[in-house]
Amino acid sequence: MNKIWLVIQREYLARVKKKSFLLATLLTPLIFPAIMGIFVWIAVEEKENQSLRIIEVVDENRQFFLESSDQYAFSFSDKNLEEAKEMVHKGERYGVLYLPDFDLKHPEGIVFYGNENPSMNLTGYLESSLKKKIEDQRLYDSGVDPSILSDIRTNVDIKSITIDERGQEKVTDSTVNYAIGFLAGILIYMFIFIYGNQIMQGVIEEKSSRIIEILVSSLKPFQLMMGKIVGIAGVGLTQLLIWIVLIGTLTSLVTGYLGMQMPQQQAMEMINPDMTQAVPNSEVSEILQVLSGIDFLQIVSSFVFYFLGGYLLYGALFAAIGSAVETPSDAQQFMLPVTVPLIAAYMGLFVFVLQDPNSTTSFWLSIIPLTSPIAMMGRVSYGVPFWELGLSMVLLVLGFLATTWLAGKIYRIGILMHGTKPGYKTLWKWIKTNN
Amino acid sequence: MLEIKQLSKAYGQTKALTEIDLSVPKGVIFGLLGPNGAGKTTLIRIINQIIEADSGSIHFEGNRLSPAHIGKIGYLPEERGLYKKMKVWDQMLYFARLKGLSDKEAKHRISDWLDKMEMNTWREKKIEDLSKGMAQKVQFISTIIHKPSLLILDEPFSGFDPVNAEIIKNEILELKKNGTTVVLSTHRMESVELLCDQVAMINRSRKILDGSIREVKNSYRPEVFSVTLTNLRQPLPFEWVAEQEDDSYHFSLPLSGKSPNELLGELMQYGQVLKFQEVFPTMEEIFIYQVKSTEQ
Repeated sequence: MNKIWLVIQREYLARVKKKSFLLATLLTPLIFPAIMGIFVWIAVEEKENQSLRIIEVVDENRQFFLESSDQYAFSFSDKNLEEAKEMVHKGERYGVLYLPDFDLKHPEGIVFYGNENPSMNLTGYLESSLKKKIEDQRLYDSGVDPSILSDIRTNVDIKSITIDERGQEKVTDSTVNYAIGFLAGILIYMFIFIYGNQIMQGVIEEKSSRIIEILVSSLKPFQLMMGKIVGIAGVGLTQLLIWIVLIGTLTSLVTGYLGMQMPQQQAMEMINPDMTQAVPNSEVSEILQVLSGIDFLQIVSSFVFYFLGGYLLYGALFAAIGSAVETPSDAQQFMLPVTVPLIAAYMGLFVFVLQDPNSTTSFWLSIIPLTSPIAMMGRVSYGVPFWELGLSMVLLVLGFLATTWLAGKIYRIGILMHGTKPGYKTLWKWIKTNN
Repeated sequence: MLEIKQLSKAYGQTKALTEIDLSVPKGVIFGLLGPNGAGKTTLIRIINQIIEADSGSIHFEGNRLSPAHIGKIGYLPEERGLYKKMKVWDQMLYFARLKGLSDKEAKHRISDWLDKMEMNTWREKKIEDLSKGMAQKVQFISTIIHKPSLLILDEPFSGFDPVNAEIIKNEILELKKNGTTVVLSTHRMESVELLCDQVAMINRSRKILDGSIREVKNSYRPEVFSVTLTNLRQPLPFEWVAEQEDDSYHFSLPLSGKSPNELLGELMQYGQVLKFQEVFPTMEEIFIYQVKSTEQ
């Protein structure tokens, strides 16, 4: 036990003391927002600098006058199709929208001609504006007054409230739940990959630099493997903790700054709390209501559990792979059994879990230990029945005990093997070997 | 010190060790010899409890070998290395602690060793910044920092330049003087003759020879004498291929069934005997002879 502790300390300190650790830890929370910021900035710039795209409309019906937008302008200059195409060819027009003479009930044969493939954005815009024009025309034809038409267009916003077992009502917002599930799932996915790889690299380093034989003459291979896995988990948790503190401080600084920007409003709230209540359903208060309805304690504690559970489960497999090979490039051949379930869990999170957290597929994804660390986090923020969460957690613990046992068997033989490149068959033989 | 009885180990169908019996007395340097693939490394790994034997027993200082003995054994494997990114001091401390030394004791001993080897200026250097010889010294000290009563060295001199090899050789002799038992596995026969008190030879998983260097050499005497004659009274027989140097003649003669005295008497008839000395085989010759004869 004492020796495992020594290994944990070494693995932890060797990584945390590195300058690159400090740099990555401090920069990562800044890099992501920075990249997003750059994208937004580029998008805005592009939009501003983009020249207006002029589209010639050749309308045989002579009744559809499409409205121009910031990006697209429509010109109706009574050209025939061939003349219009010639204009595109010369570069005078971006494209031609050809509307043949069609029956309003069956609008067919509409074609867009252009020098380049039109973007989804453009076709979408064309389709929706035509659809609206045709529908309006048909409503008008059947005797509906256009003023009534514009009058009856409404915006609907559904506020959802869940009733829990005790009959208490909670305001929920699936967007917030989605965001939480999304973030937690991605973090766990990234953590498993990044730190799993560190375990593998560490094992390969000890094997290829031949330190391993000295180490295993002092302690059991299993102690060494567990020490390494736990030590690196500590590195990950440290990094996470620093991020939480960093983001927390930044957020409170930003909100504090923004708070100072609007002292009057705050002052008013202080003087007359009734006034804020008098403003019904303002968006801010709604978000606050939603946030207060989320069980953060449950989310954070399950996050830490799945974070560690998933890491331990895969970490052992990464260690086993590292022990079987001599260089990181050799490791590729064994990566498949690790990457496939991880990527399946990741895809499952988007395709099934976040779309419908209570579907059968979502249920199984969040129960099977190989996918549950990522998939369950997508469900937790929506609320999961206690027994499902419990079952998933118990299975995850059993899962990582199983992979650790399996990995230990491969590891203790693999680390002493040099020169031969094993295949899956050899690994299976190692697992079956008893001493 | 170390009693090995009927030790066997197989990897699948391949036999690595077959019923090996060995006895290593306390305070000797014990040479473990054998060609590549003979089973030396397997034997050493079993003594270090890295792998388990299929059958047989090992007793260490009278007790059955157990994990409790790990702190009393020092092991320098043939395939050895250090953490490249770790500092000398941290590295030594880590290995010392893994062998069971307390933090305080470990630091104390490392300081002493760094002083002794005049390595104090390196303590904050990373291994990757050291020369190969320097790293080897760090490695050697790490192996003996916990004062093991049994030291197992697998090809300890490989990779050392002659100066550093000399330093390590002297350290080994000093350890022996202080009562450490050393098992030395090597191909380099000149270091065996120089250092070892006893040897055992393994080939194709079996022990084919053991005993003190003297015993081994005695049992492999080719019964040949090296002779120098001068002032010849009569010409030497043609079949004694002799080398002439001024008026001295050097050659080797087998006993051919005679006693040494009979042979000497015969030689005296030819001239004055300046040298009459039995030729002992070198360990290298015995090694090659033994390996070849077991291969057949």
